[in-house]
Amino acid sequence: MPLVTKQGFQPTPEITYVLVEEIGAANQASLAVSVPSDTDAAVLAPHLEKIALIGIDFPSFADGRGFSIALRLRRLGFEGELRARGYLISDQYPHAMACGFDTVEIDDEMAERQPYEQWKAATEKVLPPYRVKRAG
Amino acid sequence: MYRYDEFDAAYVKNRVKNFREQVNRRIDGSLTEDEFKPLRLMNGLYLQLHAYMLRVAIPYGTLNSRQMRTLAMIATKYDKGYGHLTTRQNIQYNWPALKDVPDILDDLADVEMHAIQTSGNCIRNVTADHFAGAAADEIEDPRPTAEIVRQWSTEHPEFLYLPRKFKVAVTGSPNDRAVTKAHDIGLRMLRNNAGEPGYEVIVGGGLGRSPFVGKVVRDFLPKADLLPYLEAILRVYNLQGRRDNKYKARIKILVHETGTDELRAMIEEEFAKMDGPSIALDPSEIERIENYFAPPQFSDLPAESVALSAAKAADAEFATWVDVNTDAHKQSGYTIVTVSAKAIGEAPGDLTTAQMNVIADLAEQYSHDELRISHEQNAILPHVKLDDLPAVHAALVEAGLATANANLISDIIACPGLDYCALATARSIPVAQDIQRRFSDPVRAKAIGEFKIKISGCINACGHHHVGHVGILGLEKAGIENYQITLGGDHTETTAIGDRAGPGFSFEQVGPAIERLVDAYISLRADESERFIDTYRRLGLEPFKAALYNEEKEAA
Repeated sequence: MPLVTKQGFQPTPEITYVLVEEIGAANQASLAVSVPSDTDAAVLAPHLEKIALIGIDFPSFADGRGFSIALRLRRLGFEGELRARGYLISDQYPHAMACGFDTVEIDDEMAERQPYEQWKAATEKVLPPYRVKRAG
Repeated sequence: MYRYDEFDAAYVKNRVKNFREQVNRRIDGSLTEDEFKPLRLMNGLYLQLHAYMLRVAIPYGTLNSRQMRTLAMIATKYDKGYGHLTTRQNIQYNWPALKDVPDILDDLADVEMHAIQTSGNCIRNVTADHFAGAAADEIEDPRPTAEIVRQWSTEHPEFLYLPRKFKVAVTGSPNDRAVTKAHDIGLRMLRNNAGEPGYEVIVGGGLGRSPFVGKVVRDFLPKADLLPYLEAILRVYNLQGRRDNKYKARIKILVHETGTDELRAMIEEEFAKMDGPSIALDPSEIERIENYFAPPQFSDLPAESVALSAAKAADAEFATWVDVNTDAHKQSGYTIVTVSAKAIGEAPGDLTTAQMNVIADLAEQYSHDELRISHEQNAILPHVKLDDLPAVHAALVEAGLATANANLISDIIACPGLDYCALATARSIPVAQDIQRRFSDPVRAKAIGEFKIKISGCINACGHHHVGHVGILGLEKAGIENYQITLGGDHTETTAIGDRAGPGFSFEQVGPAIERLVDAYISLRADESERFIDTYRRLGLEPFKAALYNEEKEAA
C-alpha cells in the first residue's frame, strides 16, 4: 500500500489501528485510530492526547464526509497525523490537504494508474480566489 | 457589474487548462470513466440523450453585451446556432463536441465566464432576483451577496462531494422572484428592528419527486455571519445527508426526516463552534465586491414620458407590449424590459445567435450595457429609459423577440424534456407550443391576466411544475406519454406546492383541458383584477377539477 506524502510515494509502514470504542482499554501512548466515515468527530475529543495517527476511511472518492470529519478533528485541537484511507483520486489531494489531512493511503492499482506526478501536479493548481484571499 | 480581479482571471484560465489535462488523463487511462464523471460535471459537461450538453453559468443572471455576444458566437461556432436559457439562470448548449469543450471554456474565460459547478453534487451556480439592482421594490441588491457566495463555494475543498447537488438563491426584495423557498438554501435580505441588514435563512426547499417548501432556520442572520453560517449548514448536510439513496439525498429530506427544530439546533451548534472571522471575507473585500454593483449613472428624468405616451396612443400593439413586458424601476423615468424568449410556437427559452446579438446590441445602446437572464427563461434589459421604449420595441419586433406575454399564459416555463434530456419520460416543449398556439391572441392572453404554466418532462421537476399556477408533469405509462396536472402552485414569497387535479391526460388532451380550465376561470373570477391563483384560493380545487375533466361539454 503506497502512502502519498509531500515527499512522494512511500511504503506504508505496518500499523495496528484500534477502533474508537477500543481507545479506552488501550494502554499505550501514541495510538493509531481507524475512523469510519460515519463517525462523529466529537467522540474522539476526550482521547486526542493519546492519539498519534487518525486514519479516516473513504469508502468511495465520491463520499466527501471524511473532509468534514478531518476539519472537525483539527478544530478540536488534534495535532497528530491525519490520513485519508481507502479511495481518493489525485484530483482530490489538494482538497484533502486543505481540510487538514497529511497523507493519503492508496492501493497499488491506484498508484500505478495515477503516479506521483499526478498527485504533485494537483497540489500545484491555481487556488480559487476566496482561498487565496483567506490564506493571505 | 462584477469584474474579475487577477485572482479570478488566473483561476478561471487555469481551470480550463486543468480540465484539458483531466480530459487527457481520461483518454490515457489515468482516470476511469466513473472518476472522470464528477470532474466533467463540475466543469459543466453533462451527457444528454443525443450528445454532450454544456451548461454555462450566468452567475445570478447578470451579464453584459460582450458576454452575450460570446454566448452567441459559441452557439454558431460550436453548436447549431442557438442556446437554451434554464430555470437556474444558466445557458445550455445541446450539441457541443467533446473535443471542442476546452476551447469553448477558453472563449468563455476571455469574457470572465465559466461553466464551473453548473452540474455535479456540489454547490451550484448561485441565482438571484432577475430584477436585481433595478426593481422599485428592492430593499438591497442581492448580487453582492450572490457573488460572495459564488467565490466562497467555488472549489470549496470540503463541499465538492456532497450527498447531492446543492442550490442557493438570493432575493433582495420582499416580492420573491428568485423562488428562494424551493432551493436548498434561500436567502431573503431584510432589515432587523434596529435597521441593520441581514438575511432570513431558509433551508430544505426543493421540487423533484418529493417537493417541499423551505423552512426558516434563522429569522435574522447578520450580514457578517453569512459565510460561517452557510459553512455550518453545509457541514451538517455533508455529514448527515443520506448517501444510501440518491432520491433521498437532498437536504430537504434531511430537514424532513430530522425535523426543522432539531436540524436548526445542529446547525447552530456547529455555527457556535466556528471561528467566524477566519471564514468571512474581510470588510475591505466585501466593499470591493459591493462597489462593482453600484448603480449606473442614471439621468435625471421625469416619471412620465411624453414620447412614450404618444407612441402608445399611436400603436395599440406597442401599448400592449409596454403594459405587459415592463416593470417598475427604482429610478424615475426608467423601466425594466422583459425580452420574451417565448415566441408563439418556439421552444421556451431558446435564443438564436442572431437574437442573442440583437439583445446584446440593445443592452449596450439602451440599458447601460447590462442584461439579466431570468429563471423564467427570458432575458431582461434592466435599465431602459421610458423614452427609448419605442426604439427598443421596434428592434425586438424585427428579431422576433417582442411577444407581449411576460407572466401571461404563453410565458411558459418548460424543461427540454424528451426532445433532449436523458432523464425525461415525456415531451415538454411540444406541450408548451400547443398551449402557446391556443392562446396566441395577445388581447385574449392579456385579458386572462397573470397565469403561470410550468411544464416538466419528468419527476425531477426542472420545469418547476409544482409551483406553477398550473403545473404539467409528463410521465410515461405503458409506453404512452401521460400528463398530470396540478393547480394552485405558487413560486413567490407565498410559495405553495400545487394540488394534483386527478388522473393524467394524453398528449392530445392537455391543450383542450387547459382551454376548459381557462374558460372556467374567466366565468368564475370576481372581476378582471382577480388572478387565476386568487380565484383558485378563494374557490378551491373542485370547480376547476370539474372543468378539466368535463369533456362532454367539449364534445357538445
